Amino acid sequence: MAKKRIVSTTINGTQRDFLCEPRQTLLEVLRDTLDMTGTKEGCSNGNCGACTVQLNGRPVVSCLVLAVEVDGATVETIEGVACNGTLHPLQDAFLNNAALQCGICTPGFIMQSKSLLAENPNPSEHDIRFYLAGNLCRCTGYDKIVRAVQDAAGKMSSCCEAKV
Amino acid sequence: MRDFDYAAPTTVAEAVQLLQSHKGAARPMAGGTDLIDQVRVGRLTPDLVVDIKKIPELTVLEWSANGLRIGAAVPCYRLYHDPKVTAAYTALTDSAAIIGGIQIQSRASIGGNLCNSGPAADSTPSLIALGAIVVIAGPQGTREVSVDTFCTGPGKNILEPGEFVVELKLPARAAKSGSAYQRFIPRNEMDIAVVGVGVSVTLDAAGQNFVAAKIALGAVAAKPLVAEAAAKALIGQPVSEATIQKAGEAARAIATPIDDMRGTIEFRKHVTGILTARVIQQAVERARGGK
Amino acid sequence: MSTTEATPGNKYTVIGTRPIRHDGVDKVTGRAKYGGDIRLTGMLYGVMLRSPHAHANIKSIDYSAALKLPGVHAVAVCDDFPDAENKIAELGEGAVNLQHLRHNTLAGPKVLYRGHAVAAVAADTINIAEEACKLIKVDYEVLKPVLTAPEAMKPDAPLLHSNVFTNSLGEETKTLSNVAKHFRFETGDLAAGFKAAKVIVEREFNTATVHQGYIEPHNGTAMWNSDGNVTVWCSTQGSFTARQQVAELCHIPVGKVKVIPMEIGGGFGGKVSVYLEPVAAILSRKTGRPVKIIMNRADCFEGTGPTPGSYIRVKMGADANGKITAAEAYMAYEAGAYPGSPIGAGAMCVFACYDIPNGKVDGFDVCVNKPRTNAYRAPGATNAAMATETVIDEICEKLKICPMEFRLKNGVKEGSRRVDGPVYPRIGMIESLEAIQNSDHWKTPLTGKNRGRGIASGFWFNCGLKSAATATVNFDGSVALVEGSTDIGGSRTGIAMQFAETLGISVDQIIPTVGDTDSVGYTDVTGGSRVTFATGWAAYEAARDIARQMTQRAADLWEVPADQVKYENGGVSGPDGKRLSFKDLVLAISKHGEPIVGRGSADPQCPGGAFATHCVDVEVDPDTGKVTILRYTASQDVGTAIHPAYVEGQIQGGAVQGIGWGLNEEYFYDQSGVMRNSTFLDYRMPTCLDLPMIEAIIVEVPNPGHPYGVRGVGEVPIVPPPAALANAIYNAIGVRMTQLPMSPPRVLHEILAKAK
Ligand SMILES: Cc1cc2nc3c(=O)[nH]c(=O)nc-3n(C[C@H](O)[C@H](O)[C@H](O)COP(=O)(O)OP(=O)(O)OC[C@H]3O[C@@H](n4cnc5c(N)ncnc54)[C@H](O)[C@@H]3O)c2cc1C
Ligand code: FES
Ligand code: FES
Repeated sequence: MAKKRIVSTTINGTQRDFLCEPRQTLLEVLRDTLDMTGTKEGCSNGNCGACTVQLNGRPVVSCLVLAVEVDGATVETIEGVACNGTLHPLQDAFLNNAALQCGICTPGFIMQSKSLLAENPNPSEHDIRFYLAGNLCRCTGYDKIVRAVQDAAGKMSSCCEAKV
Repeated sequence: MRDFDYAAPTTVAEAVQLLQSHKGAARPMAGGTDLIDQVRVGRLTPDLVVDIKKIPELTVLEWSANGLRIGAAVPCYRLYHDPKVTAAYTALTDSAAIIGGIQIQSRASIGGNLCNSGPAADSTPSLIALGAIVVIAGPQGTREVSVDTFCTGPGKNILEPGEFVVELKLPARAAKSGSAYQRFIPRNEMDIAVVGVGVSVTLDAAGQNFVAAKIALGAVAAKPLVAEAAAKALIGQPVSEATIQKAGEAARAIATPIDDMRGTIEFRKHVTGILTARVIQQAVERARGGK
Repeated sequence: MSTTEATPGNKYTVIGTRPIRHDGVDKVTGRAKYGGDIRLTGMLYGVMLRSPHAHANIKSIDYSAALKLPGVHAVAVCDDFPDAENKIAELGEGAVNLQHLRHNTLAGPKVLYRGHAVAAVAADTINIAEEACKLIKVDYEVLKPVLTAPEAMKPDAPLLHSNVFTNSLGEETKTLSNVAKHFRFETGDLAAGFKAAKVIVEREFNTATVHQGYIEPHNGTAMWNSDGNVTVWCSTQGSFTARQQVAELCHIPVGKVKVIPMEIGGGFGGKVSVYLEPVAAILSRKTGRPVKIIMNRADCFEGTGPTPGSYIRVKMGADANGKITAAEAYMAYEAGAYPGSPIGAGAMCVFACYDIPNGKVDGFDVCVNKPRTNAYRAPGATNAAMATETVIDEICEKLKICPMEFRLKNGVKEGSRRVDGPVYPRIGMIESLEAIQNSDHWKTPLTGKNRGRGIASGFWFNCGLKSAATATVNFDGSVALVEGSTDIGGSRTGIAMQFAETLGISVDQIIPTVGDTDSVGYTDVTGGSRVTFATGWAAYEAARDIARQMTQRAADLWEVPADQVKYENGGVSGPDGKRLSFKDLVLAISKHGEPIVGRGSADPQCPGGAFATHCVDVEVDPDTGKVTILRYTASQDVGTAIHPAYVEGQIQGGAVQGIGWGLNEEYFYDQSGVMRNSTFLDYRMPTCLDLPMIEAIIVEVPNPGHPYGVRGVGEVPIVPPPAALANAIYNAIGVRMTQLPMSPPRVLHEILAKAK
């Protein structure tokens, strides 16, 4: 078997070192090795977006990243979105707008929406739908998700302190 | 997933050496968006995955009077975030912006798209239309080939064992030229092309006649097709609906698609004509300064 | 949107508001634990080996090499389950033949579909288990597959089973056949009815197999203790149903099995049947360690129950005034590998929206070499509505009658009788139509080339069944409410709201939990649109039980007879203006006397049917056949909307699943019976870019059969969309679609055929 590697990375602002096999994906390591199960698995082939995290500031599907690749990188996951127990405006907006039903897609949508608002603080409905097209939700029909992102965008741009 | 080892060389020479020493059992990896899943389902069985993203040449994105150099591992988003690339090589940024979703575009590279050599790859028709040259490094040194002849069949290309693609060179764009890529998919995103068409046209100074044209088709044959007759139908002709229609028909004539879960032969042939005409129209508008 | 504002005119204080769900924070922060998130000390990982063939005899299985691989702890095959009788187990919503369930879980002498589980390996890691699977040698004798109902019904079709005989019109026959059942409903005089018609339309329809498409894959973790007790952690729509299936398959008493329902990432009917749980249990028994199995996505498509493809022929006649005079349907549903398609429901639903004086429905349950079908949101009804609702559109066109008017004229009301017999109580079919008729959407004319509008209606029964809840009053005035329905879309809050309403207290004071099978009374599945209805009722009973006890305790406290104390408006009132709020009474009595525990259970009989009408505007590209949805409005009688936002969510989500079914989703098979599109990318469920906002119009015709007038909500919204889309496509470009999905190649084919 291929030798295990030590990987040093920064996850949600904290340095984390872990041991992994080259064939393990970032998703597997997050969930199984680091017990960060907030990042969800829906397909493990990049088709659903449930496993979305940010890698060096870009949204990626963690099921299509090898864990060894994140050596020296920064990773943001759903566990790092709320800050000191205060929900992020997106999280609040998802709750207030009933934008989740079963909730399995929610971490992925929140991570992807966070990237969207960082890039484009005032997205149109079409912008939102385009940016979130890599995330599947089977429960909601997306209506309330789109509204939640619009709502969060409105709140974040009107509150200068809110950090994306 | 099958067991494999991983290496991340920092020079072209090192990468060639790694690839060569493992014979067929080493695979380059750029964004991994094809590779990782293909290993997972057992379609690829590498013993060594060579991550090529740490090699500086593979991540250049450089624009000069001579044209554009795209490192083979440059991810899609860097292309469409670059206003100069978007303005001049629009067909390619059209492609880059529709490969997968945003998350996939953070990682997926044009080099990977080309080397995966899927018949429906979205960037290959654009590369052909834009006249790209593929720069290949290997045990025998470096060679350059036209992208037109790069793919040889589904998942197959001209790369020899030990070789890999270092960069793509796109010639400078002529004045009054425009390019576009569109594909037909049943959904609006996150889908694989049922038909894809890349077009580049150059018009005369008045913007009324076709001076040059190149057209390529995806997903309608075992490999991307260069639609020469379609381009010929344009060159020297006035820009008109009739001319464009003719080119569309010429494109349709060379399509040899199959029936599969993505579309039928009837559908693909018909839509090849339709889409070719639409993409030519869009390229013309861009050549005239439109979006 | 504020979270607590009440609907104007709302007679309730909690019902009709939009509180944030109790499990919300956990779910937006990633803390909620789903089935796949469980990790136990010493846990092994299981992987299933699946059949590469659609139809084959298993001559032998040799797994000796797999067992020798380091890190492998056990292999399980069908024979590891005790022999199952050919007996039917009632699972609440639906019944299952145990031998079929056993053979579906791990194949017996035959594999009946590609993806059929054949063996399972438990190993230290998934990777080792996968490698071990490759070492298992299965000797198959490959047989010819049969993939559609019409093919499978032919006399010379390959037979799936050697013990399935046709039950024909209620009689067990000796005919070995893929047709497990043929039944008939009749009313009136069909021939006379068609004779009285001015217009008769008869059309044939074919609909593809589609999947529920929940985003969370199936998972199951089991620990078989040395004392013989089995604990199962899984994502299930019904923990008690899962318990029963595991117990039956393993031949152990249900009391030995405890199912701990984890949070569940979608089900839609697909997570009622067990697939992995019993296998994990067997592997755990063999290894003495907990075993976890998670399906991959391709296996979810290929190995778990989709909803059936179908062949339907509908013939309907109407007189010059647009009154339906007769209707006839022939419906053959694919059961998949084992008998049990939702043909029964489909046949009852096919004409359920309309008054049919003379009718006949023939239903056939047909085995084919596809995965055993399972429920999917209003199972059977969507296929049926596609047929009836488009035939009606054609009749309207021929009679030059507005399809809205036609439906208003023929729509069922209180007292109407369905073809299969039942007479409707107070229902809201007409109201759902009127809601669309009065909508801004309907009143706004649609303009533009290649654009069209379509409407369609749909019906679903909903169901009652058993539910239980218990509630414990805490000393601070909060109440811990344990209920038995697994929560897929916020139902624990909807249930807590009914509980809070009953006690007149704030829903924030309630702490709802979904209990495991040892900590709450028997509760049937989360399905049949029953949870808010029936488990809500159980919670209502539990609250009343608490109110009764509180009344007695107040009487004791005030030293007055209990009949002089009344529980009202969130507290107790006694003689001489005595009054204590719920919380104050709790504080007053908490030091003395026994704790207050309420219990409630329910088995309500009148779920009140649900009706929906949808209206859609589309634009069709005549050169590619691609359909773009411009506007979508869905109205539905929901009885009482407990939590309007969740009701809207059900309507929107259901409508979008119906849209997917209508436009692109399908199991695409090759000739050998291999599904060629078992990934989300190629299966093509709608993404958010494929849709506009979905306007949901809530119609409230309270159900007389529920204390708060609740009707089931979740299922019926999937029923109308394919038909509404087909009608809109016709309206846009003049081609009638009779196949699902109406994917671009199919629509373009019709366009080109018409132009010829
Ligand atoms: C959800 C999803 C959606 C997708 N949608 C699309 C789509 O819309 N259109 C589309 O065209 N594709 C799509 N793809 C496929 C894939 O994303 C693209 O083909 C992508 O461009 C591949 O690039 P990569 O950098 O990830 O390649 P990798 O996966 O790293 O490599 C792909 C292949 O090329 C080889 N390779 C990579 N780089 C080199 C090199 N420099 N020299 C030689 N060989 C090399 C690898 O060994 C491998 O065989 C999708 C994939 C996913 C998972
Ligand atoms: S699990 Fe990674 S995209 Fe679905
Ligand atoms: S809420 Fe269930 S998949 Fe999105």
